[in-house]
Amino acid sequence: MGAGASAGLAGCSQSESTETGSGTTQELPGVAGETLTLTTTTSTYDTGLLDEIHTDFQELYGVTVDAIAQGTGAALETARAGDSDIVMVHARGLEDEFMRNGYGVNRRDLMFNDFVILGPAADPAGIDGLGSATEALATIADAESTFVSRGDNSGTHTKELDLWAAAGTDPAGEWYQETGTGMGEALNIATQQGAYTLSDRGTYISRRAELDIAIRVQGPIEGGPAILANPYGIMAVNPGVHENANYDLAIAYIGWITSPGAQEAISSYQVDDEQLFFPEAVSADPGFQQYVPEGWSSDSDDG
Amino acid sequence: MTPPLVLELLPALIDLPFRDGYVSSIVWVSLSVSLLAVTLSTLVSIPTAILLGFREFPGRRLLKTLINTGMGFPSVVVGLLVLFVVSNQGPLGSFELIFTRQAMVMSQFVLATPPITAISLAAITGVRQEIRDAARALGGTRLDVALVVLKEARYGIATAILAGFGRAISEVGSVLIVGGNITSASGISRTRTLTTAIQLEARQGQYETALMLGAVLLVLVLTVNAIVVRYGDGGIQR
Repeated sequence: MGAGASAGLAGCSQSESTETGSGTTQELPGVAGETLTLTTTTSTYDTGLLDEIHTDFQELYGVTVDAIAQGTGAALETARAGDSDIVMVHARGLEDEFMRNGYGVNRRDLMFNDFVILGPAADPAGIDGLGSATEALATIADAESTFVSRGDNSGTHTKELDLWAAAGTDPAGEWYQETGTGMGEALNIATQQGAYTLSDRGTYISRRAELDIAIRVQGPIEGGPAILANPYGIMAVNPGVHENANYDLAIAYIGWITSPGAQEAISSYQVDDEQLFFPEAVSADPGFQQYVPEGWSSDSDDG
Repeated sequence: MTPPLVLELLPALIDLPFRDGYVSSIVWVSLSVSLLAVTLSTLVSIPTAILLGFREFPGRRLLKTLINTGMGFPSVVVGLLVLFVVSNQGPLGSFELIFTRQAMVMSQFVLATPPITAISLAAITGVRQEIRDAARALGGTRLDVALVVLKEARYGIATAILAGFGRAISEVGSVLIVGGNITSASGISRTRTLTTAIQLEARQGQYETALMLGAVLLVLVLTVNAIVVRYGDGGIQR
C-alpha cells in the first residue's frame, strides 16, 4: 500500500536493498521504497512462481511486493475493499464482474495453464480416455463415485461449478464432498479417499510424487478439451474508487509482468522438470477482449 | 527488525527443508508480535482484574461475564472484526494497518486480554481473606493491601500471562486474515508467523514440514514457559 505500511516494515525492506547492492539512491525511480500489495490465488503463490519472478521487479524499481495468497474470490474481495493495489486471479467471470462494478481497470491476459480431472487408478466411474470434461463429470455423477470439491469460492472451484452446469448436472449426495480447503490439501483428501477431483495442472505437478491419483481427463495443454483451459488475468485497482490504491506502481507491475522479459521468466519457471505456466501477454494479435469484460462492445449497454 | 543471533542459528540446529533465514524470520515475527500483544494485554488486564477483585460497582457481573465469554471467542471472528477496523473502509483505514504486524498485534491483544484478565481475577479472589484482613489490620492503605494480594497471587498471575501468551502465539485464524501471511520474495517473513506458515504447508498438503514447524512452535512455547516459571516463580515453594 502507501508509505505508512512500508515505513512500519522499513527494517525488512532495508536489508533487502542492501542485498541488491543498490547504494545509489539518487538513481532509483520515484516509487522506490513503496510497497505493492498483490492479492492472488493459491496456485500462483504455492507453486513458487511469484517468489521466483518478483525479485527482478523489486530490484528494477526498488520496491517491495507483498504477495497475499487468498484464492480468487477472497483476492477480489480484498481488492474490492481497497486493501490491495492489484489482483492476479483465474476466474474470468468474477474478473468481469469486478471490472463491471468499477473496481478493476487495465486488465491484461497474463498466462494460462489448464485444469485436469484426476482420479484413482481403479477408475470406478470409468472416465479414463473420455475426450469431454462434461461427459466425464456426468459419468462420475451417474456412478456416484466420490468427488472432492474445493468448495471455497476459489478459481478452481468456480471452474468446477461451471463444468457441472455445462454437464447439466447438479452435484449432490454423499459422493460429492465439499472440503473448503486449498488445492494441495484437496489433492491429499482425494488420494486418501480414492476420489476424483479437479485440479490445476501446476499444483498437481508440484504434488504428484505423493499422490495416488493421476490424470484421467487431460486439459488442452496435452490435447484435452478447451473447456479445461485456465487463463490468469491481472488488473489494477481503480484509483477512482479507492484513492489510496498505489495505481502508479500497479501499472508499472502490469507493464513489467506482461513484458517479454518477465513473460520469458514465467515460461522458463519449472517444477519437477515441467513448465507450469504458459505466458500469453506478448502477442502480435491485439486481443481487445482482454481489456474489457468478455463479450463487451461499444454497441452494448454495458458500462 | 532483524532476528537476534540465537534465531539465526536455529536452522543450523534443526535441519529444516526451507530457504536460509526463513524459519528464523517467522519465529522472530511470531515471538515479537505475540510478546508485544501479551505485554499490552497484561497492562490492561491486571488493573482490570484488580478493579474487579477489590471493588463493587454496577455492571461488575456483566463485565465478568463478557470477559469469560471473550475467552471462548473464535480467533477467526476476532480477525474479521479487526479487519473491518483496519481495512481501507474501516475507521482506522487511513493508517494503512492492514497486512502489517501492527494489525496482528491488535488482534492478538483482543484474543489474549480475556484469559489474562479472567485467570488473574481468579488468582486475586483466591487469596485468603485472612491475608487481606491482616494487611489491613497492620495499618495498610488500600494500595498496600492490593500489593500484598498481588504478591500472594503472583503464581496465578504468571499462569494467566502464560495462558494469554499461549493463546496469542498459537492462534492462526486472525493473524492470517489481518496479516496476510506475507514473506518477501527471498523468503524472509514480513507478516508470516509459525502458525500461518504451518497453515500454508498444510494447505499444500505438505504435512511433514507442517509438523516440523509445529515442533518448532512447541519448543518455543516450552522455552517461554520455562523462563517464566524459572524467574517468575523463583521464590515460591510448591
